Amino acid sequence: MIQSTSAFQHLSINHFVILSFILFSIGVLGVLTRRNLIVVFLSIELMLNSVNILAVAFSKHHNDPSAQTFVFFIMIVAAAEVAVGLAMLVMIYKNTRSLDINALNNLKW
Amino acid sequence: MSQLLFYSLSAIAIFCSLMMVYQKNAMYSVLNLLVTFFAVAGLYLMLDAQFVAIVHIIVYAGAIMVLFIYVIMFLNLSIPLSLSNGRAIKLLAAATGLMFLFVLLASLMKSDLVASDQSQLTSIGDAKTLGKVLFGEYLIPFELTSALFLSAMIGVVIFNKRELND
Repeated sequence: MIQSTSAFQHLSINHFVILSFILFSIGVLGVLTRRNLIVVFLSIELMLNSVNILAVAFSKHHNDPSAQTFVFFIMIVAAAEVAVGLAMLVMIYKNTRSLDINALNNLKW
Repeated sequence: MSQLLFYSLSAIAIFCSLMMVYQKNAMYSVLNLLVTFFAVAGLYLMLDAQFVAIVHIIVYAGAIMVLFIYVIMFLNLSIPLSLSNGRAIKLLAAATGLMFLFVLLASLMKSDLVASDQSQLTSIGDAKTLGKVLFGEYLIPFELTSALFLSAMIGVVIFNKRELND
């Protein structure tokens, strides 16, 4: 762990913050670009992960372990969201025979 | 050394997440995201968050991604679904993502992050410290998440129960 404790002396927190921003933007891009429901869910997972990186980086920055407990809470919410979301996805596939989100455009009105 | 490690891990993460978005087959998207999660776990190790890194691998790679792969196999999506929008919407989505990134970066420029105090504790991310915080200060939210899980479980069962009745 000698190397990992010295990791923060060469890298500022800005590196990790910018990385998490980039990953979050890629998640937004995936949600907006794709019409496949599975890939939309995967992009949401990526966005939740980028927030986790941010929390862990600030936990190291401020020397406070309580930010890492919020990572656990985010993971729990992600797991619950994926369970419910995939159950809904299976039901949507059984009803509409496709995973296209445009098949759900009746929800607009 | 640590800089090289950081840049290579973040390059893997960014490349694989972009591949996840632009992959035609949903199964390859899942596998690309899996590689991204392992790179992120490496970043957690660099940040002295060992316990979070292990839990991250167990939960994401071991549970959530397996659930995705299981659903893809369960629905038998043998035909690669190349469901993506038209060219105009793709360009608009890319522009929106880039503008979002610029807004975030501009907010980072405006904020001045205070320098961390030099008395770095190395044991910030081990199980003992995190357990004390999680079961002390955040005990009630921790217990409430069990209610969240229970409601999610009941919701999933009800979704599939309704299928059986029809």
